[in-house]
Amino acid sequence: MADQSKGVKLYGTSFNGHTTMVDCALRLKGVAYEYVEEDRKNKSEALLKLNPVHKQVPVLVVDGKPIAETLIILQHIDDVWKDPPFLPEDPYKRAKVRFWADFVSKKVVPIMHTVVASKGDEQKTAAEEFAGYLMTMEDGIREELWTGGPFVNGDSPGLLDVVMGSSYMWIKFIEAVVGVKVAKREKTPLLCSFMEAFVELDAVKELMTPPEVLLQRRMGNPSA
Amino acid sequence: MAPPSADLKLLGSWASSYTHRVQLALKLKGLAFEYAEEDLAEKSPSLLLHNPIYKKVPVLLHRGRPVLESVIILHYLDETWPDVPLMPGDPYDRALARFWCHIVDDKLGPAVGAVFASPSEGQAAAVEQVHENLRLVERELRDGAFAGRRFFGGDKIGVLDVVLGCGSYWLAVFEEVMEVKLVDPEAFPLFHSWLRDFEEQEEVKAIIPAIDRLLEYARGVRQMMLGLSSQQQ
Repeated sequence: MADQSKGVKLYGTSFNGHTTMVDCALRLKGVAYEYVEEDRKNKSEALLKLNPVHKQVPVLVVDGKPIAETLIILQHIDDVWKDPPFLPEDPYKRAKVRFWADFVSKKVVPIMHTVVASKGDEQKTAAEEFAGYLMTMEDGIREELWTGGPFVNGDSPGLLDVVMGSSYMWIKFIEAVVGVKVAKREKTPLLCSFMEAFVELDAVKELMTPPEVLLQRRMGNPSA
Repeated sequence: MAPPSADLKLLGSWASSYTHRVQLALKLKGLAFEYAEEDLAEKSPSLLLHNPIYKKVPVLLHRGRPVLESVIILHYLDETWPDVPLMPGDPYDRALARFWCHIVDDKLGPAVGAVFASPSEGQAAAVEQVHENLRLVERELRDGAFAGRRFFGGDKIGVLDVVLGCGSYWLAVFEEVMEVKLVDPEAFPLFHSWLRDFEEQEEVKAIIPAIDRLLEYARGVRQMMLGLSSQQQ
């Protein structure tokens, strides 16, 4: 149920995976919020004041108090708006979810940037590394978290579903750029199934930018 | 009387500040545990089995099941043994604590490491990076989120004190080994007094290795690094 009592504002940028993650999280929780689009080449005074350390989006402001760093924002959203919960109840499983979210941040996101920014052999190698990380996640999720789906979190999407589900279109985009499948159904069936289930959710569907649009954008700007 | 067995085992390394974080948290919570020292040059089968991806310490085994990554371990301890909480109760305070823990691991820690690893030409720039990051922390202590507090956690040590504190003793070690000034008490008075108060806590004194051992260790690593870099020239 939407909570109207807290003023909630999200500063973000379009075509930014991290902004999408926070956007999705808010919608999944039914939070009423205002979205402020930031120009990455010309950041507003407001943003620079709200996030003086990193000067980046996304920044979530709740009742005038800013929070930065995507995973921290997502955990905060879960802390404030309890329903539906993004984390399991069991502390050990929570530790596993946090481990994999951290793995995405440490390994998966950087390699995605490398693939997009590189060319030729370097790009191929990076794509292989990317595929490897996804397989590692697949094994970890299967052994430690999976309870039958459709989501990692079970019946409703949780932290890892938000993080990976929001990245699904980017993964498809990268596959089109490199001309190689990175998330292969036979190698990463669980990842494919929960990411596909996520992007179909009514609450987040319209936030998912089709890979074709991401590709067109890249043609106009080869580093995108 | 010894506390009841919680079936906890910690794989760690005596000079690892990440290990110290977990040891300190366990001590603050009054939890008994078995400790196994890892030789990082020759990692045990247990470490490789339980942390195959990163192959790093610390690894906490609870009833034989591994919990990895020091900050994640601290959260796990807090959620499993909620007495003597490390995390604040208020959601926004929790977000702030997480944010600054992230800054320690993402910015300040690497900046301090870079000073240590830098050849003499790069040292000034590396030191300035540390100062830039210390200024961020000093500002929060002075007029930001933590203004007026003795510790980041308030009157008592909390998660951010543990994360920032276990590691800050390297500042004094590097100052001596590298002959640089990293924490000038005049430039960073609040950070300086916080660190002094932190290091005076009984539990902290029991955990942090003697400065002589740390100095000897740091000198050895520095020699090795200089030896390696001169081989590469």
